[in-house]
Amino acid sequence: MSRSRLTQSNRAGWAMALPGFGLIAVFIILPFFLAFGLSFTNQRLISPNPTEWVGFDNYRQLMGLGVLTLEPERDEAGAVIRDEDGAIEYPRLRGFTRGNPDYAHLDGMREWLSWGWGEDRVVVLARDVVFMTAIVNTLTFVLVVAPVQAAIALGLALLINQRLRGINVFRTIYFMPVVVSIVVVSLLWRFIYDGNDGLLNNILSALSFGVFEPVDWLGNPGTALPAIMAMSIWQAVGFHMVIWLAGLQTISPTLYEAAEIEGSSRWQTFRYVTWPGLRNTAVLILIVITMQAFALFAQIDVMTGGGPLDSTQTIVFQAVERGYGKQDISGGSTISVLLFLLVLTISLIQRYLTRERS
Amino acid sequence: MAQIDPSNRGLRLAARYAVLVLIAVIFIFPLVFMVVSSLKPDQQLLSDTGSLRAFLPVGDIGLGNYAAAFQRAPVGLFIFNSVLVTGITVVLSLLVCSLAAFAFVFLEWRGSGLLLSVILATLIVPFETIAIPLLLIVNQLPWIGLDGLSTGWLNSYRVQILPFVSDGLTIFLFVQYFRDLPRELIEASRVEGASWWMIYRRIVMPLAGPVLATAAILKFLVMYNQYLWPLMVVQEEGYRPVMVGLQYFFQLNRAWGEIMAYLSLITLPVLAFYFVLQRAFISSIASTGVKG
Amino acid sequence: MTRTNLMAGTILATALSAVIATGAAAQTELSMWYHGAGGEVESAIINRIVDDFNASQDDWAVELQSFPQGSYNDSIIAAALAGNLPDIIDVDGPVMPNWAWSGYLQPLPLDESVIENFLPGTKGEWNGELYSIGLWDAAVAMVTRRSYLEDNGIRIPTLEEPWTREEFDAALVTLEETGEFQYPLDVGMAWTGEWYPYAFSPLLQSFGGDIVDRESYATAEGALNGDAAIEFGEWWQSLFERDLVPGTSQDPADRETGFVEGKYAISWNGNWAAVPILAEYGDDTLFLPAPDFGEGPVIGAASWQFGVSATSEHPEGAAAFIEFALQDEYLAEFSDGIGLIPATPTAAEMTENYAEGGPMAVFYELSEEQARLRPVTPGYVVAAKVFEKALADIANGADVIDTLDAAVDEIDADIERNQGYGH
Repeated sequence: MSRSRLTQSNRAGWAMALPGFGLIAVFIILPFFLAFGLSFTNQRLISPNPTEWVGFDNYRQLMGLGVLTLEPERDEAGAVIRDEDGAIEYPRLRGFTRGNPDYAHLDGMREWLSWGWGEDRVVVLARDVVFMTAIVNTLTFVLVVAPVQAAIALGLALLINQRLRGINVFRTIYFMPVVVSIVVVSLLWRFIYDGNDGLLNNILSALSFGVFEPVDWLGNPGTALPAIMAMSIWQAVGFHMVIWLAGLQTISPTLYEAAEIEGSSRWQTFRYVTWPGLRNTAVLILIVITMQAFALFAQIDVMTGGGPLDSTQTIVFQAVERGYGKQDISGGSTISVLLFLLVLTISLIQRYLTRERS
Repeated sequence: MAQIDPSNRGLRLAARYAVLVLIAVIFIFPLVFMVVSSLKPDQQLLSDTGSLRAFLPVGDIGLGNYAAAFQRAPVGLFIFNSVLVTGITVVLSLLVCSLAAFAFVFLEWRGSGLLLSVILATLIVPFETIAIPLLLIVNQLPWIGLDGLSTGWLNSYRVQILPFVSDGLTIFLFVQYFRDLPRELIEASRVEGASWWMIYRRIVMPLAGPVLATAAILKFLVMYNQYLWPLMVVQEEGYRPVMVGLQYFFQLNRAWGEIMAYLSLITLPVLAFYFVLQRAFISSIASTGVKG
Repeated sequence: MTRTNLMAGTILATALSAVIATGAAAQTELSMWYHGAGGEVESAIINRIVDDFNASQDDWAVELQSFPQGSYNDSIIAAALAGNLPDIIDVDGPVMPNWAWSGYLQPLPLDESVIENFLPGTKGEWNGELYSIGLWDAAVAMVTRRSYLEDNGIRIPTLEEPWTREEFDAALVTLEETGEFQYPLDVGMAWTGEWYPYAFSPLLQSFGGDIVDRESYATAEGALNGDAAIEFGEWWQSLFERDLVPGTSQDPADRETGFVEGKYAISWNGNWAAVPILAEYGDDTLFLPAPDFGEGPVIGAASWQFGVSATSEHPEGAAAFIEFALQDEYLAEFSDGIGLIPATPTAAEMTENYAEGGPMAVFYELSEEQARLRPVTPGYVVAAKVFEKALADIANGADVIDTLDAAVDEIDADIERNQGYGH
């Protein structure tokens, strides 16, 4: 490297980075390693019982999966028994998962997914169905929220990056939801999403001249997570707009002038001037949103508590619910470690996909 | 562009504003709801929530909820604590994190790649999941104060500040921003014999307006909304911040009007902070224009 | 500040604190935590008790620190982890065994004679020892209006003859069919947390089930998934299926004001909520006992109680304060202030609401006759969470048997992981 002599400086480098790194080491990395250690024990938050090493027990407890193929119940003649509606009857799962020595590996598991396979029924069992649901919900949340929020934020940033009288007022207003704590926002939106006489239902019903049937947004397993997604995007989009805006402002105006002189269209300007100039910002935003989305907790805690029917369980909510609510600090720590590994994997993939193509 | 029909231009301008206003309405309504509700007595507040009346200061309007809120809790104390803790953290954080990012981006030193990767990996750790181990750690940390050496940081401002001064996200924000700055500028000053500290202070930081503002806002919001941590490490009312104070209002029979009044009050410092930064934004636009 | 200034400051501060310390040397300081921050009336009363106590003798000086109730337990647990508990703490009744077992609390050195007249729900006993004592109890009743029932020809149940399950169901259907209410019954699904086990596990008990098996406290098998529990679960689910009660997405504001606004005909609610209702409906207000689902009517017992932390070096001082606070005068004052049931009959006579013939006297009788403690075990904290989730899931349409079985598995696994919780 040609510049290495100019910028080579071991001592100055360490000296400048040390305060920042040192604080992170003491207050984030050290506790994380403590949590990592706890995840191999049976430590309770509070307990007179001694702590014991349990190896990978906590991990098995959370991640254990199994598959079972159920054959239909047959009568003496060997014909399949059906109930009144004609549905095939199967033996009860609990017969296999509770104290059945022939199926010891399934002991304590519950049904997570199942589907028909001819007359048989294939059941995927999980040792911790709620946690599995939490993983799926969290991933869904991330996959929807990250791109949508980033795109809307960029749109808003472009919209308010124009020279108009009073544009600062709008800039401030778009940022407003961000300044209100997410806990507070969640409280306010509970009123809006109310199933009986909530504002959203009333507005939709007015707009559709009464055709719209009121929906119990947070009380319905199908709409609860989307409702929380919409609110989360709404709440945080202003912040990402500001980051995009900061990025937009690092693009040199001379580039725009050049583009204008060459007579490029607005799309071309965006495609060849704006977007390349936003590369680092884009990476930043994608990562920030992804991290924030994975940490989804406060909204759930205030609005649904994971329900209805686990449709809004998330990984961090489960970690807190276990670590604090159920005083199972080793279980909660195990979830933190699993979350860490999951996000690490994803960010490595993300990094691979967004790598510089030179 | 020679001839633009002025009425057409006026129309397009109006359309632009219409879009801006429409979006503004979508973003501002919870705040309006909050402030308007804080002026209403409970019964009316709740019966208004389902209709557009929720956004209109109509009916029995007054400041009674505010008076009651101050009666119920030391609101001023909570806001003071939060602003103090937040303010100090933001300042320290900007300094510490920008310095580290500067070292990562502009200096070549052994271990910098690994260290940055480790710092970025900490982004993945949600605070909730390490709070308890962290509690055990801060409880063992020494401190030298006026009355000599002591152990344990509970019930203090420092326990609310120091763990949050440095974080991966803020460093990352600075790193990404610094990467966009022209390296030639730094190398030229280096050739002229400027020290790293001088380059950091005189060349890089003056260009860092937008990222400073962004990082400051982000840190401010995180700190101002702290709840779980102060709950765990602060038992004395004298050190309690605003979000813990919010719990004072969640009694068995909730006084929603007072809650809204309290929420309106504690939102004021955040808005004020944003307005101040807004000006920093504008001036930074000018300076970045020069830089290009 | 120069160095000398700093030094001077330090010396001054040290001297000053020494002066203050000697000034109060006669009284040993006792720290105390209480969950009442933000409740003005409650704070005023507890402050007065503390002041009275400090003035009444020369040995002890209680120093009070108040916490908001919503985060009180979390604060205590964090403080216990950090070894930072005060001398006197207050504790929610059903949580007490957990704190005692975990070593936060020490037995309360209080003479039996002091509390012999106290309501059973106010005595926090575990492992044969008294750990905590309450100045009050709370009770739950079905609140409604006499006119609602009379206008629809529904029999008004009494303590001696409560509604049967059939009568209760029929009453709900009748009220529903009037079309006057959004829902005939509100059970408060919006109040997540301790409300679920407190308010709903007694219904399960009245069916003959329970959260755990109280004989052994080693399993929930049979108690939470036996026939009685399944019958309860199916009845519970039917309430929501038939749209007789608002579900888990109930707006918390509706929970608080829905009954007074006429949205609900009957509200399953605590006596602390009774005061505003009485103010609204006066003589028309009715407090009905829980229905009898087969095993007699049951309501939950035990509210907040006072105890001494295990790390306290002055348990005798802490006990002296607690005993002082147990005077009828204070019990009555708390009752008048926040609507709770005074712990003794003599105190009840001194109150506005619970004196013989008072508007809420029925709660005293309810508490005395029907109240049953939630399972007295350290495992309750976790079992309560599991129970809460199971009831929410069943209300939202989950399969009753599967849900209860899964809840049993989870509770049993937790008991096992905690080596039986010392039972």
